[in-house]
Amino acid sequence: MARDYRVMALLLAALVAAPFLGVYPVLLMKILCFALFATAFNLLLGYSGLLSFGHAAFFGGAAYITGYLCKDLGAGPVTGILAGTAFAVALGWVFGSLAIRRAGIYFAMITLALAQMMYFVWIQLSFTGGEDGLQGIPRGRLAGILDLSSDLNLYFVVLAICAAGFWIVYRAIHSPFGQVLKAIRENEPRAVSLGYDVDRVKLLAFTLSAGLAGLAGAMKCLVLQLASLTDVHWHMSGEVVLMTLLGGLGTVFGPLVGAALVVVLQNAAVFGRWTLVAQGVIFVVCVLLFRRGIVGEIAVLFRRVTRPPRA
Amino acid sequence: MEIFGIPLQGLFGQLLVGLINGSFYAVLSLGLAIIFGLLNIINFTHGAQYMMGAFFAWIGLTKFGLSYWWALLVAPLLVGAIGVVLERTMLRRLYHLDHLYGLLLTFGLALIIEGIFFNEFGSSGQSYDIPDVLAGGTNLGFVFLPNYRAWVVVASIAMCLVSWFLIERTRLGAYLRAGTENPKLLQSFGVNVPLLITLTYGYGVALAAFAGVLAAPVFQVSPDMGSKLIIVVFAVVVIGGMGSILGSIVTGLGLGLIEGLTKVYFPEFSATIIFLIMVIVLLLRPAGLFGRSR
Repeated sequence: MARDYRVMALLLAALVAAPFLGVYPVLLMKILCFALFATAFNLLLGYSGLLSFGHAAFFGGAAYITGYLCKDLGAGPVTGILAGTAFAVALGWVFGSLAIRRAGIYFAMITLALAQMMYFVWIQLSFTGGEDGLQGIPRGRLAGILDLSSDLNLYFVVLAICAAGFWIVYRAIHSPFGQVLKAIRENEPRAVSLGYDVDRVKLLAFTLSAGLAGLAGAMKCLVLQLASLTDVHWHMSGEVVLMTLLGGLGTVFGPLVGAALVVVLQNAAVFGRWTLVAQGVIFVVCVLLFRRGIVGEIAVLFRRVTRPPRA
Repeated sequence: MEIFGIPLQGLFGQLLVGLINGSFYAVLSLGLAIIFGLLNIINFTHGAQYMMGAFFAWIGLTKFGLSYWWALLVAPLLVGAIGVVLERTMLRRLYHLDHLYGLLLTFGLALIIEGIFFNEFGSSGQSYDIPDVLAGGTNLGFVFLPNYRAWVVVASIAMCLVSWFLIERTRLGAYLRAGTENPKLLQSFGVNVPLLITLTYGYGVALAAFAGVLAAPVFQVSPDMGSKLIIVVFAVVVIGGMGSILGSIVTGLGLGLIEGLTKVYFPEFSATIIFLIMVIVLLLRPAGLFGRSR
């Protein structure tokens, strides 16, 4: 725990200083949004063992709602983000209620199919701009005062919200609620026999995760001033799995590292048109060789170094 | 003649399209069911393998002059062989783990295969001509039936029946079913279970490729043809009940027809109707129509 806090403080200090050290704020914001998205996803897969393959529905759905409110209805950024998040919470509750009726692979496929249903809904609706998506979404002024069209201003708002979201997940997994989640992951029948209302706990975790994924999507929409079909496509659901797996399932900082790596690799365009193949290869290599992910493997290495074998 | 304001001609036309789509759903979900039954893995690569079948037929024709009928045999064998290699080298290492890792691995493989085909052939679709024998159509009086489409339906249903017979009525099928119940016990009887698993995966993959070759003259041959279709097939599988052979065939065809009907009466719902049915089925029968709860 204490080590977690030290890492968090260092990370926060680094993030506050980063834009002044010449790192492009928009890239940082994109990383932050995806880091929050992956953290929310990790709450489900890493701590509850629920593989949702439909998280793009919450991320992209919230982006559409926020984008529509801010662009076409002239709402402010706070209203936009709150509405997007609320939409994701509601959708998460509905999807969760349906999906937790089945476990394991079934759960994954049901979430995937439900998300795909939403994908078609967004194509049909008139305000989403179809293939073009919503473009040029205004960032507006925070509470009517702080001008968010400045990248630096927006950066600190996004940083604060992401840090709060990260903190919520961290508190959740280190609370009795989080312990019940882990108990369900390890042995569901035992958790049931201990008297826990397993379905309710799972649904709560699913809704929380969906809401935070939506928050991430709503902010991404303001940062890039764009909401499009890419955000709700099932490739996005796969991407967030990749980020979490690459960083380390069920680790506190894994999703942050995974998200940062994937976003940077995409932006740097090192793979060019081989990006899709590269992502696939990373997936396969992680599943076959490094199932703990980067942070997970480092943690094991660290423990091996600091704790010499007993004589 | 009209039914609820829709000309009979149009209604039967859409039903025919629905029947064709249903045939593809049936063959693909059957392949998934067979693989899931013995390997307990959702083969996320299935869509990519279907796409490979179509592309191998197209490459065979344009580069090597391979006829459609040979492609129908060669492409499934080739793709099935690739599947066998994947099972031997990768999937095999995951059986002792949570089944979710199998899903994630096959998802990664699907990205790799699709990425390679995108780079090699671009995203625009290629067309594949209908073989001469099956060109043209027959006028049945109430609807004009293109011969090739009739052939697709017949071939798909025949393939489903052959697979059903293999699994339910032969000794090999008996081993397969025993393997899904208790692999360790079966192994102690001297059956080579790992080989059985490998062949099962190969067969399921070959089915996907077979569907791909059938699809080549109907749809555009393009790298994303599989990923578009496979999500619907997953929904079909959830509705039918995972791993049920009969369930996948009946639900596949039935949902194709329902989708066709929806296109006639409520066109804007046609893309989502299968997912809506999935939600309703899940509420009433969480294990699917033909599924057993595990």
